[in-house]
Amino acid sequence: MNAQAVVLWTDALVFLLLAVVAGLVWTIRRQEHLRAPWGAVAQRPMAMAAALVLAVFVAIGLLDSLHYRERLPDSSADAPQYSVEVLSVFDALVGELRTQKEKTYSAPLAMQLYAKEFVERDGVTVRDYPRLVHGGAHLADAAARQPDIVRRVAAGLAQGLAASLVAFAALAVWRACRAGVAVSAWLDDWRAGRLGWPARTLTGMVTLLAVLGAVLLQLTDVYHVFGTDKVGQDVLYISLKSIRTGLVIGTLTTLVTLPLAIVFGIVAGYFRGWIDDAIQYVYTVLNSIPGVLLIAAAVLIVQVYVESNPQSFDTAAARADIRLLALCVIMGVTSWTGLARLLRGETLKLRTLDYVEAARAFGVSHARIIGRHVFPNVFHLVLIAIVLDFSGLVLAEAVLSYVGVGVDPTMHSWGNMINGARLELAREPVVWWQLGAAFTFMFALVLAANLFADGVRDAFDPRMGGRR
Amino acid sequence: MLSYILRRLLYAIPILIGVNLLTFALFFVVNTPDDMARLQLGAKHVTAEAIERWKTEHGYDKPLLLNEAATGMEKLTNTIFFQHSAAMFAFRFGKGDDGRDIGNEIRTRMGPSLAIALPVFVIGLLVNITFALLMVFFRSTYLDLGGVVLCVMLMSISGLFYIIAGQYFVAKLWNLLPISGFADGADALRFILLPVLVSVVAGIGSGARWYRTIFIEEIGKDYVRTARAKGLSEVRVLFRHVLKNGMIPILTGAVVVLPLLFMGSLITESFFGIPGLGSYTIDAIQAQDFAVVRAMVFLGSFLYIVGLILTDISYSWVDPRVRLR
Repeated sequence: MNAQAVVLWTDALVFLLLAVVAGLVWTIRRQEHLRAPWGAVAQRPMAMAAALVLAVFVAIGLLDSLHYRERLPDSSADAPQYSVEVLSVFDALVGELRTQKEKTYSAPLAMQLYAKEFVERDGVTVRDYPRLVHGGAHLADAAARQPDIVRRVAAGLAQGLAASLVAFAALAVWRACRAGVAVSAWLDDWRAGRLGWPARTLTGMVTLLAVLGAVLLQLTDVYHVFGTDKVGQDVLYISLKSIRTGLVIGTLTTLVTLPLAIVFGIVAGYFRGWIDDAIQYVYTVLNSIPGVLLIAAAVLIVQVYVESNPQSFDTAAARADIRLLALCVIMGVTSWTGLARLLRGETLKLRTLDYVEAARAFGVSHARIIGRHVFPNVFHLVLIAIVLDFSGLVLAEAVLSYVGVGVDPTMHSWGNMINGARLELAREPVVWWQLGAAFTFMFALVLAANLFADGVRDAFDPRMGGRR
Repeated sequence: MLSYILRRLLYAIPILIGVNLLTFALFFVVNTPDDMARLQLGAKHVTAEAIERWKTEHGYDKPLLLNEAATGMEKLTNTIFFQHSAAMFAFRFGKGDDGRDIGNEIRTRMGPSLAIALPVFVIGLLVNITFALLMVFFRSTYLDLGGVVLCVMLMSISGLFYIIAGQYFVAKLWNLLPISGFADGADALRFILLPVLVSVVAGIGSGARWYRTIFIEEIGKDYVRTARAKGLSEVRVLFRHVLKNGMIPILTGAVVVLPLLFMGSLITESFFGIPGLGSYTIDAIQAQDFAVVRAMVFLGSFLYIVGLILTDISYSWVDPRVRLR
């Protein structure tokens, strides 16, 4: 074995979540009344385009959640020693993007360092911008940079277009054969938008993503597309690594929120009386404490715990990971109250409906009534809350990292990128690429999540029917 | 009405006690004073004496709940719980790590916080309602669709971006306003303008979109159809009927945050160097000054509960059908 698999806490939970989602999809596919609203979501071009972008983010995040440690080259085979650095499958896939470091800042697509240094040239020491070790190293001089970039972008465009064209042709032939029509007839349907799914939008989106990916691949080979940061690390690599952090915060937090909100909300609304009073009391207390301060207190506690129990966390990644998990848990604990209140109100209405009364008259147990009659009827609210909360959580991470109670400072996250780079705007010339990259990635993920959430809400919320 | 308010006030007391117990548990039981001292003094050169000295200086050297060594009432009063947690009910917050009285600090810092938060609240409300009404007026046209898409895009941008971009372009590049800082009196206007502008712009996306859904819901109701059937113009329907009725959920929803305006905004104040309660809180978190953090937790929850009571009262005030008993 040349590597040892490492399962961090958040990794395990991410895959547990994946299993839960897979189970839900399987259940939904078999039940007509659950499948119908999802079919409506699939009809919406905007929502499906957003879902595609989200899928790309999720794929990168999942690849980045398979962690391992490499075996040290000089350790023997029967008593292997493993590196303290925890890598992921994603790191292995991007290869040199991770290891190609420069000395310090360099601008996007640059071939020279950001600051002047003493360099030796033809035996004379002059003060000039030194060449980068990796960025544009294949170029003879600065004049060759622009044409090279143009050539590579054009090549990427061509590759991306060609790849998506081939894929589209294959799709057309496959679908036409399955439907038993001529390919030209299928293409006519595609053009007229008669395929029953937003085919044109999705084709366009796939082409766009393919072209973007191909251009990036062409450029990352020999350039730092988003420049490098203070210690010379490629900013594109950091931004991509931050995707996992954002996704984990957005999803695992809801994993904590859901059981609390569902159980307390439904129980309070169903049983009323003193149980209702007690649960309302708990969530008013939690709600009235400013969230940031509660999070700050919890993060400090975890910090103290990690420092006093160093033996449980053998790598820096494990320490950062437990803090990320703690952040998700405490954010979940502070944010279940809104959904719980919503579910309580809905359950109060449901419990007076005839079919629930009838079930009670037949002597059906409380647990069964809640499970069979109440929960399925409030499930759409839960779903809408999940997708609506996600984008807020991703944005909150940046703010919390700024306050100093976010993820571990050693962890790659957009919040940490922003926090580290915001003072660099005072430099001359301005170091803007780190901020720019972090905000761009965050914007892409949150916008996709918001648009998808809109689609889901419109499809599930009967009140919104037809209206936007 | 009066008895209702009184009952609500009484109901607030157990909630505040709950908040108090929770913060006490978080800051003293889970995170013991020893841990705090170690964190404050740094892990390297910590001796048992140094920890003891730190605890004595901050008054954390007493037993948590019950002082066995004392006599009479002292048994209960000479404890950490009584002196640091229960004292907050009398608004006695004690001293921060810098030796300053926290109550005093709160009083002087409320002014600057309000100077930012109040204009943001009022102007933001007006701007959001205006945009929402415009979208409703042009509903189901491309103008409306464009407005909604713009709102979604605006709310997908991180709040930090608005602040950083505002500071960079308005203050640094164009030199229109100072980047950060604060002054007393009329001079303060110069410093307030940029943070207010940035905060209002940052809030348009979610605010205008939310109000638009409220108005759209209102516009589908029967009385609006009646008004149109009477021959009223669309503008008149919008302003006389829809706006007035839509204001009920908007205003009652806004009342709950009204008292919290005193707390200021954490991020805005710290970026713009406003000496308000928001930046005070952030500084306390970063310096791990637990006395200040505890005081802010208590103040925040107190103001939130005041907001809840005001919300109930405002409901019955704008909608006479709601009777409070």
